[in-house]
Amino acid sequence: MKCDFCDKKATVFLTQLVEGQMKKVCLCDSCAKERGVTDPTGFSLADLLLGGVAGAAAPKAPGAAPQAPQGGGRRCQTCGFSLEDLRRVRRFGCSDCYATFTEEVGQMVRGMHKGTTHVGKVPAGLMAMQVLHQRLEELRARLDQAIASESYEEAAGIRDEIRNLELSAKS
Amino acid sequence: MMRFSTLIKHPADWMTGGQGEHGAVMTSRIRLARNLRRHPFPGWAKREQRAAALDMMRPAVEALPAMKDAFSQELGDLTSVQKQVLVERHLISREHAARGDGSAAVIERRQTFSLMLNEEDHLRMQAIRPGLQLTAAFSALSDLDSELENALEFAFDPSLGYLTTCPTNLGTGLRASAMLHLPGLVLSDQIGQVLQAVNKIGLAVRGLYGEGTESLGNLYQISNQSTLGESEETIIRRLERVISQVASHEKNAREKLLEDDPEMVADKIGRAYGVLRHAHIIDSKEALGQLSLLRLGGALGFFPPETVNLCDTLLMDIQPAHLQLHSGRKLSPEERDAIRAEIVRSRLHSLDSPDNPITSRDSTPANDPTNPGDA
Ligand SMILES: [Zn+2]
Ligand SMILES: [Zn+2]
Repeated sequence: MKCDFCDKKATVFLTQLVEGQMKKVCLCDSCAKERGVTDPTGFSLADLLLGGVAGAAAPKAPGAAPQAPQGGGRRCQTCGFSLEDLRRVRRFGCSDCYATFTEEVGQMVRGMHKGTTHVGKVPAGLMAMQVLHQRLEELRARLDQAIASESYEEAAGIRDEIRNLELSAKS
Repeated sequence: MMRFSTLIKHPADWMTGGQGEHGAVMTSRIRLARNLRRHPFPGWAKREQRAAALDMMRPAVEALPAMKDAFSQELGDLTSVQKQVLVERHLISREHAARGDGSAAVIERRQTFSLMLNEEDHLRMQAIRPGLQLTAAFSALSDLDSELENALEFAFDPSLGYLTTCPTNLGTGLRASAMLHLPGLVLSDQIGQVLQAVNKIGLAVRGLYGEGTESLGNLYQISNQSTLGESEETIIRRLERVISQVASHEKNAREKLLEDDPEMVADKIGRAYGVLRHAHIIDSKEALGQLSLLRLGGALGFFPPETVNLCDTLLMDIQPAHLQLHSGRKLSPEERDAIRAEIVRSRLHSLDSPDNPITSRDSTPANDPTNPGDA
């Protein structure tokens, strides 16, 4: 089994009740240490899942200025929800928060669900957008493969296709 | 618009629907979470913002063909007993009942659909069906959701799916659950094992009343936990498979109990019948336990098959808020226990003693010479 935070082999397995639900997290040695998980019973899995853990961000001095450049001062433009709010309530302020706090979302979602990418119903009006998104994901995966296997000609072709699709999406 | 009293007067469709085999699966429930784009989520919205979201959603919801003549109320306009009755009927959540102005409940006439507006998410939509019908319930609710899309713009992200207040609901926003009655597995001491196996597959199991493996009334709820990374169909298909397996374990457990220890089974069911028919004071804990056994008796043929539905309706009607609504005033706990017993006695008034059918099960059903006067 792979570590939930990197691709190394997991050696630490944790199961905990978070908000009434059983959650499981698998970690490799180094990720466990980095996140301070030395005693599985002595920390909150919620904190780990939600990214608000030791090592994720340096502890801020109390009363730090709100314009702190990294992490701390970030706010959602649409609703004013801040990173502190997110760490405190572990919920979001509006749908745009998901774009504001992309990194945190990524950390929160890993290990929480069976996957990290939506499969299933799409609002009818957004179907075209969804198809485009999936096509782009596919192409990006192929591009990575092509580069890995040093098929540079193929890679160039895929890159063009991606650029065209992105352009057509914007127009 | 429908009045509260009219809504509640009749049992919900799913309480009296077909019970399927042995009635181990009582109800199937589908919940979908949806939010409006660019509107702050209800928990973060200011008062006016919450009101604005409600003003957008409520007309759209009320205009749904399925919601014709529905019950629709702002929570601030309901009394606490009325809200509690809706909670006991599983039509709104406990959290939703705690809300007031700025949140609303819209409930379809037959109580098969109920929509919570400005709950934790802008919209929590629910469909309930009797027996194991998750697929049918989902398909009906998904149609309703698609109709709403024409009027409302839902927050959706291509890779995270439907965006929700809490990331535990991301993706499909789907919570599918079934309520199961598992007295056979409890009496044969297999319940812990079965529940553990279900939990291992990543499904949540909880006792409906109380915590852990000991559930009052032997009622358990099984639901999915993961909402992201799998389609609605995949989630529901897995649940339906697991639930059918649990139901068949339950069936086997009941058959084995009858074979190995028929006296114990008859004793439990007979005592339940005696208590429920003759008690004048009964608290909800005892009532739940005895009704559970009576329901088992109905499924095993100790009583006519309708007894199963009769028990399901009673399980609903003997809850505290239902009792208060029934008597039209605030009741002390002692009064509640007396009224509860009275309702149970009167509903079971014409239910025959299990001794009649049980002794005659192998012979002719009527005139049993060994038991002449008990009818
Ligand atoms: Zn790792
Ligand atoms: Zn926001």
